[in-house]
Amino acid sequence: MKLSKNFVKDYIDIDVDIKTLAEDMTRVGNEYDSASKLINATKLVVGEVLECENHSDSDHLHICKVNVGNEVLNIVCGAPNVRKGLKVIVALDGAELPEGVKIKKGMIRGQESNGMLCSLAELGIESKFLKPEDKEGICELPQDSKVGENPIDVLKMDDEVADFELTANRGDLLSVLGMAYELGAIYDKPVKEVDLSHKEHREDINKSFSLKINTDNCKLFLAKKVEGVEIKESPAFIKNRLIASGVRPINNVVDISNYVMLELGQPLHFYDADKLNGMIEVRMAKEGEKLTTLDNIQRILNSNDIVISDGKEAIGLAGVMGGLDTEVTEQTKNVIIEAAIFDSVKVRMTSNKILRSEASNRFEKGLDPNRTYMAAERAAKLLEEYAYGKVVTGTVIYDKTNVKPKTIEITFQNITDVLGMKIPNEEILNVFRKLGFTYEVKEEKIFVTVPTRRLDISIKEDLIEEVGRIYGLENIQGKLPTVPMKQGSVDRTMREIRNKMISLGLNETLSYVLVREEEAAAFTTDTFEKVKLLDPITEERSTLRYSVITSLLKIYEYNKARNEKDVAIFEIGKGFYKKEDYGEDTKLAALMSGKYYLGMNQPKELDFYVIKGIAEEVLDYLGYNGRYSFVQPKETPIQMHPGQTAEISVNNDIVGIVGKVHPAIEKEAVYVLEINLDKLLQKKTGKMKFKEISKYPTIQKDLAILVDKTTVSEEIAKLIKKTAGSLLTNIEIFDVYEGKNIPKEKRSIAYSLSFGKQDRTLTDEEVNEVMNKVIEALTNKMGAELRA
Amino acid sequence: MKEKLEKMKEQVKQKVEEIKDLQALNDLRVKILGKKGELTEILRGMKDLSPEERPVVGNLVNRVRDELEVLLEQAEKELQQKELERKLNEEKIDITLPSSKIIRGSKHPINRTIEQIQDLFVSMGYDVVDGPELETDEFCFERLNLPKGHPARDMQDSFYITPEYLLRTQTSSVQARTMLANTEKTPIRMICTGKTYRREDDATHSHQFNQVEGLVIDKKERNVSLADLKGTLEVFVKEMLGDNLSLRFRPSYFPFTEPSYEVDVTCFKCGGKGCSLCKQTGWIEILGAGMVHPNVLEMNGYDPKQYGGFAFGTGIDRLAMFKYGITDMRYLYTNDVRFLKQFDRMD
Repeated sequence: MKLSKNFVKDYIDIDVDIKTLAEDMTRVGNEYDSASKLINATKLVVGEVLECENHSDSDHLHICKVNVGNEVLNIVCGAPNVRKGLKVIVALDGAELPEGVKIKKGMIRGQESNGMLCSLAELGIESKFLKPEDKEGICELPQDSKVGENPIDVLKMDDEVADFELTANRGDLLSVLGMAYELGAIYDKPVKEVDLSHKEHREDINKSFSLKINTDNCKLFLAKKVEGVEIKESPAFIKNRLIASGVRPINNVVDISNYVMLELGQPLHFYDADKLNGMIEVRMAKEGEKLTTLDNIQRILNSNDIVISDGKEAIGLAGVMGGLDTEVTEQTKNVIIEAAIFDSVKVRMTSNKILRSEASNRFEKGLDPNRTYMAAERAAKLLEEYAYGKVVTGTVIYDKTNVKPKTIEITFQNITDVLGMKIPNEEILNVFRKLGFTYEVKEEKIFVTVPTRRLDISIKEDLIEEVGRIYGLENIQGKLPTVPMKQGSVDRTMREIRNKMISLGLNETLSYVLVREEEAAAFTTDTFEKVKLLDPITEERSTLRYSVITSLLKIYEYNKARNEKDVAIFEIGKGFYKKEDYGEDTKLAALMSGKYYLGMNQPKELDFYVIKGIAEEVLDYLGYNGRYSFVQPKETPIQMHPGQTAEISVNNDIVGIVGKVHPAIEKEAVYVLEINLDKLLQKKTGKMKFKEISKYPTIQKDLAILVDKTTVSEEIAKLIKKTAGSLLTNIEIFDVYEGKNIPKEKRSIAYSLSFGKQDRTLTDEEVNEVMNKVIEALTNKMGAELRA
Repeated sequence: MKEKLEKMKEQVKQKVEEIKDLQALNDLRVKILGKKGELTEILRGMKDLSPEERPVVGNLVNRVRDELEVLLEQAEKELQQKELERKLNEEKIDITLPSSKIIRGSKHPINRTIEQIQDLFVSMGYDVVDGPELETDEFCFERLNLPKGHPARDMQDSFYITPEYLLRTQTSSVQARTMLANTEKTPIRMICTGKTYRREDDATHSHQFNQVEGLVIDKKERNVSLADLKGTLEVFVKEMLGDNLSLRFRPSYFPFTEPSYEVDVTCFKCGGKGCSLCKQTGWIEILGAGMVHPNVLEMNGYDPKQYGGFAFGTGIDRLAMFKYGITDMRYLYTNDVRFLKQFDRMD
């Protein structure tokens, strides 16, 4: 909301500069974006062009002699409309114009120029507010302007403007009058009455005009008629106040409807009375009903849009935009004023579809019916005064509102309790008085009556806020709640996982969860529905990812493009899906490419087994040692290498995937891992517990066998463990070999087996017996050959 | 005999001085003291002596042997010492050559900041709770006193999935969940940290960002007030941004609190003198806060006549940027490994 200081001074006597005013407003909760003069320029003066000749060295420049009062200046000007005898705005040497422009004496194409002749645009007036002729060239001042005067005064643009960013509850401040009340509370000044006086003529409008309200979404509708208006340009003060408020002046009648909206906060609509059939109907639109709005666009309506009709067809979208057919034009003689209150939610829905306007914004925030009555009279008054119309007696009224000032009960103690500081009773009452609230004190209780304009106040907490706001909270002493001691809690599992991954040499990332639709279901074979946004900003971020790997792969691409080849990253984040219902799972994902350096002199070129090791390390750390296995997937996600991918199974439940990204997707060797932590952590783990260390030595035996390549090592290990029984304490592979000296379809695997018992030393015979059984089993069941 | 022995002693002494390595010394020992050594030979020759001479010569031989043993032992020690010194000298390396690369991973600055915030509030008795990011309109808005069609919904342009589901625009959604889940309606002290989403994306706004939300609810008789809120936020701000900062409560509006405030902190760049960061005001807005609105209490199962409390929320990204001096918000989400790797040490 842009507030013109001249405008608000109609209603309150204030004498502060706009910056101070804006700061004071901010302190009571009304933040501002900017506060400055309407025309932010120095060293301007009215000048008269005495001579004007074409520049010999240019096709558009003119050399002018300009009388500025105390001297005649030589000024080069490029405007097409500059001519002898014109009264102009001169920016003198040293003048500062908006946007940091500084005017200096100088030479232009060999001609001395001692200033600049200004257009309104150069003085900072936005071009949308300018008349076509003002856009073309320099500003032409009235011929009776006095040379040497300040042109800002001549233009009646000596105003200051503050642009406030108001909170959604303060619809009352979307009006100059509301602002006056707020400033009145700050500066303790009274607010002046609004002048609604006008003459009335002819018989009552109710005899010739009727209303039909056929919807609950219109609670108040007032219609007045003004006859014989003359459409002209508005007087300067109206135009300039509109411009200062950010509204484009059009003609006196249209301007008055906007002026009253700015002044009182009540949006109005004016109809050309001769294009109506003596009536207005308000109803919900029919599904598919058509209406051409005044921007000349045909709109297709639905049953949630409130429309104004002339009894036959829609002529306007209530609260949003009028229709083309009934709008006020240059030819309009008689005007019907509409001042109404439409349902805020309905207006909001319609305006979201069509246009968010100054009017719809006010309807959405809620309106005070008392203002609606005022606005209808005020508009009539201004049409009489500035459009020379005659106001027809009476008003057509439809009123189903029943708004009375609210009385709220509160105690002094309530206020102290919530604010946590003691404010003297008389100061509290003083705040209510400054706000224009009336009150009655009965012992400890205060009965505060709130004017209808303050729609935002309905409970005592609202009053407490008002007291804090106007009294000021600078003196509140912070303290900590006096509550019983208790230990705080936080689930540290995610932190532990994070720290584990970091200790393994991976860098944590934080990625966007929104990805392209076609990426959203990658790296999985699960069945689910993608979760898509209704209204994404870009296609690139339109759908929620299912796999966190999707995001990590993008990060990998980003870094690869910057020549960072050794990428080791991880993230704990959400993956989203729709199955029966919408849902999300917390997932740990990791991606590795290039070399792996952890604790080694020589970095290792990454392979499947490194990322598998990372997965094992995490699972072991979380307490799942011995409960997981890596299994051949029944179906591999198409983004993964079919020969180098494993599913991670914990207690025979698939909780994740590990493997190499398919070479068709990534040429380089990229390894990824993902574990569904929600699924994994549901599986309870035992407490970490000390295990007695055997006092007896273990016996090591090595075993190298030759097996078919197709025999997977996990099966061999299972068989060894099963056969060896409880004496076997550990089994490790220390060499795998294929190639020279070995048949093509075979590979050699070498195991180191440890044997031991808690309560005694094992004998060689015992161990050899076990070893023989193992060898026998491997030979018979796996076709293994013992190597020397 | 005696002379023979003395002569041998002298010879040995001389040889020992010449000997440079342990092997030669050992050879000498064997030659003199070994089973077939010279001294042993002499002892063997004693059987030819008369019984009177035997003890005398025996004593003499034993004395010489003891002397020689001490001599050789000493020489051995010296040689060992020299040998060790030589070896150490050989093993001398260039300690300024680079180390073997032992790589540590790193923790993202946002999560570092989140952990710091969590630890602070846990130390003050708060519980850290979690909630879904894919949230319902009910929990994100309606239960926070923001019915459908409420104009304040404009404050947060949302990513809707369906008319009922959206990406949460604020961690405040966890307020209602916490209150409802607490079936015994005991006092609440909680914070929630996590990702939030809004339908805006430019140089200073990421469509995805992080927030922390705090909620304290207690019995009316314990009277949790605005002063308690201020004190709590002072502790928080000092931990995150440094001491000697003051807070300013500016009245504002959030549908879920009443009264509501925006909280400004002394500009941490200029110390309040006025600079480009604070737009010459000396203050930086960092928090939204207020006393929990009676409607919110009521809607989520707490009787506003018996309970009251405060809530606050703030963005974490900016705190992290300040903490580490990160100059551009976009660094937080591009995940350039050259950026990530910088966060590999303790704070």
